[in-house]
Amino acid sequence: MLDTVVNWFAAHPQFTAALIASVKAIVILLVTVVVAAWMIWLERRLLGLWQDRYGPNRIGPFGLGQVIADMVKIFFKEDWLPPFVDKFTFILAPGLAMGLMLLMFALVPVTPTWGVADFNVGVLLFLAIAGLEVYAVMLGGWSSNSKYALLGGLRVTAQTVSYEVFMGIALMGIVMLAGSFNLRDIVVAQAEHGWYIVPQFFGFCTFVLAAIAVVHRTPFDLPEAESELAAGFHTEYSGMKFGMFFVGEYVGIVLVSAITVALFFGGWSGPGVDSHPWLAFPWFAIKCLVFMSSFILLRASLPRPRYDQMMAAGWKVCLPLSLINLLGTAAVVVARSHGA
Amino acid sequence: MTFFFYLAAAIAIAATLLVITGRNPVHALLNLVVSLLAVAGMFFMLGAPFAGALEIIVYAGAIMVLFVFVVMMLNLGTATTDQERRWLTPKTWFAPAVLAGLLLAGLLDVLLGGPLHAAGLAEIDARQVGVHLFGPYLLAVELGSMLLLAALVAAYHLGRHD
Repeated sequence: MLDTVVNWFAAHPQFTAALIASVKAIVILLVTVVVAAWMIWLERRLLGLWQDRYGPNRIGPFGLGQVIADMVKIFFKEDWLPPFVDKFTFILAPGLAMGLMLLMFALVPVTPTWGVADFNVGVLLFLAIAGLEVYAVMLGGWSSNSKYALLGGLRVTAQTVSYEVFMGIALMGIVMLAGSFNLRDIVVAQAEHGWYIVPQFFGFCTFVLAAIAVVHRTPFDLPEAESELAAGFHTEYSGMKFGMFFVGEYVGIVLVSAITVALFFGGWSGPGVDSHPWLAFPWFAIKCLVFMSSFILLRASLPRPRYDQMMAAGWKVCLPLSLINLLGTAAVVVARSHGA
Repeated sequence: MTFFFYLAAAIAIAATLLVITGRNPVHALLNLVVSLLAVAGMFFMLGAPFAGALEIIVYAGAIMVLFVFVVMMLNLGTATTDQERRWLTPKTWFAPAVLAGLLLAGLLDVLLGGPLHAAGLAEIDARQVGVHLFGPYLLAVELGSMLLLAALVAAYHLGRHD
């Protein structure tokens, strides 16, 4: 019986390859969602540590069960649809928020053999999906048909559109150095030439600022600034729809960390990976964890800027800086190719 | 692949029809976004991933966002929906529809009569696009950038606070 199954798979190599790829994709998807959910626990514990208190520590060892308890609670909450909302877009928005974030994970090269898709225009697709991501919060804000939500939606749109402009430009320096839009090629190029954080330091600074603004995390969480706007674009949301916005934000943090690691910190490469290929994933995971924790540290240490200060910093500091970085990198690349 | 191409084409046409007949401006714009995404999908299937990605980044991700942003800021409410309903009477759309139908007939005649060109035989990547833009089409790129700069300066002037 087992032999016939094995023989059948051996006789259909294309089907077997597709099956293995699908299983890998599903595993990556599930791991991402689970990691994103436990980010909530990590964030609350770390914030507690830095603020000299405990944080959630009652349920399970170290309070790890808190996330499960919260999920159970949120699943059983009444999923209330306010009568004044635009129903279709109101329901569509949280799904978009989480779905598009998860879709971007298809582009992340996890290890040499693991990863969902291998696009030649990977960096561009990342920017494209990040650009579509803004519809989620925008529609959430508009469809709620309430003032606070609308103001939050307007803020998030202006912020995301402004910061996306130089997010793309900040990444083009890397594309020039690696000579490819393919994220996997970029990781491999870094294993040869060293991490791009060194030659692309300004690109790194502007990209991380833009990434924080695009996933609207503190200190750039003005769209949901509770002191001014109640809860911003998701004021009217409750139950699981709110949960999707909430988890979507954490998926965004995991994603931005993974992309930053792949683009600037050599992805899976690290000491000992060549001789022990199984070390690839631990290196990738450790690097991602460092970035995820630093996102939380940012939240714990920095106050919110004023909205106009934030927009001015984007247009007047980050955009020129990334343009100069682009020109400088281009000059170096051209000079090198002529010298060689 | 051919099936998915025609599927994307059908989605693009249906979504565009919904843009025209839609009464709620935000819903109409969302249909336009779907239509643009379908066109981007067709670019991918035709072996032009760079054009497809740019279609999403520039049209769906930036221009349409600004459209939705403006409509959101105006926050038109139900009054415009009623206005749209009154405007969409047969008397209004009949004559333009006939003219557009004539154009379509002419286009179909040309497309079906002439020799068909095969598409999607080779994948055009970003490198080739760049080589062509900054090679044979350099003058057009420079002219386009000057036009955009002029638009930028004009927008800055209009947006000044004095």
